[in-house]
Amino acid sequence: MHDDNKRYVERDRNWHPPAYAPGYKTSVARSPRQALVSLHQSSVSELTGPDFRQLRMGPYDNDLLMNFRDAATPGLPVGERIILFGRVVDQFGKPVPHTLVEMWQANAGGRYRHKKDAYLAPLDPNFGGVGRCLTDEDGWYRFRTIKPGPYPWLNGINTWRPAHIHVSVMGPAISTRLITQMYFEGDPLIPICPIVKTINDPEAVETMIGRLDMSRSKPMDCLAYRFDLVVRGELQTYFENQ
Amino acid sequence: MHKHMQQPNSLSCSELMLRETASQTAGPYVHIGLALHVAGLPARDEEIWNRMAGPEAEGEPIEVVGTVIDGNGDLVRDALLEAWQADSQGRYRTEFDLEQPFNGFGRTATTAEGGSEWSLTTIKPGAVTRGDGKVMAPHINLAIFARGINIQLQTRLYFEDEAEANVACPVLNAIESPTRRQTLIAKREAVDGKVRYRLDIRLQGEGETVFFDF
Repeated sequence: MHDDNKRYVERDRNWHPPAYAPGYKTSVARSPRQALVSLHQSSVSELTGPDFRQLRMGPYDNDLLMNFRDAATPGLPVGERIILFGRVVDQFGKPVPHTLVEMWQANAGGRYRHKKDAYLAPLDPNFGGVGRCLTDEDGWYRFRTIKPGPYPWLNGINTWRPAHIHVSVMGPAISTRLITQMYFEGDPLIPICPIVKTINDPEAVETMIGRLDMSRSKPMDCLAYRFDLVVRGELQTYFENQ
Repeated sequence: MHKHMQQPNSLSCSELMLRETASQTAGPYVHIGLALHVAGLPARDEEIWNRMAGPEAEGEPIEVVGTVIDGNGDLVRDALLEAWQADSQGRYRTEFDLEQPFNGFGRTATTAEGGSEWSLTTIKPGAVTRGDGKVMAPHINLAIFARGINIQLQTRLYFEDEAEANVACPVLNAIESPTRRQTLIAKREAVDGKVRYRLDIRLQGEGETVFFDF
């Protein structure tokens, strides 16, 4: 397939957060001051991306209840058992099959298993906090995990992140590559979070909120949250050189 | 429209479409998810990392290294970078398979250790022809994710020893300021018989790297 025939819907950079959002302090010194240079003629360089169907995954790569077992005292992680699932579609509603979805998160107490996280809430010996899977032929993905806790961070004097799961999706090309965070429906920390507030449009914030879905929960076992991901719309273009 | 002017070939969003999921920073602990050993987590059987080419790969083996520097001139020690490049013939090979000698996709990170450099072991890409027939100089696409970066910064790495191709590259020439074009040119270093290219990425201020929207 000649990928130069593909096009992606232009990214709306007023919908996404701007680079410079001073309420989120780290963005102040890490945001370019020059304008982005727009590539008016996108090429195969931007219109292609990796296909991970040959990446060999382990049986528990998408199951965070099982993929970090303490060898000495194997058990289940502490916390609210949930299924996190959803569909990856493009802006035209077309499913994105066989694409890589990756996620990472803190444990039930808001502590990350990262050597740089020194928060006093303890690690969970049976929880690592990383998952990955490919979407199926209809664009669906699924993880099993525990609901992460909120945690404090050095931004304002008393700033706390809402409970969130970092979600990363490749999509069909590097043009569709997206990293976001999923927040949980109803969390009162969402509207006061400086990172959430990097986004100006309240409707854009809604695209990052996972919804409780009782129909996919398992009675006496776990709840379920649905989080659909929308990547840039792809279509063929015609009459390019008219 | 002037006949030599390219028409933009991306499409604007309309109200009939779904909106793209909004981006958020990858945060300080991005490595847990995308660079496990950097976070101190055990690796899975197969990880996506910075060895894009093995010794059997066709093409010139190279190492590509650099730092990421913030607006104060300080090293960014928690960035994750993703690379996407063509093979030595200038073809993008989309299938990622760790059993093949070359993959066009790789990841690397800067950390608090050592000189806080990222590095990629790869091959030098060939020139890629654009849909309009213009030839782009050999380049590696780079995306930078980190705490404080709300949506990934997209740039390209070009090679100092491809001066002739660089001068003709339609993408480099789309950068209005010739001075700024230089921020994308990696410097060649010979180290122990290995070829290494260095590109420091400056997020802000003097010598600020060019970042693209596409």
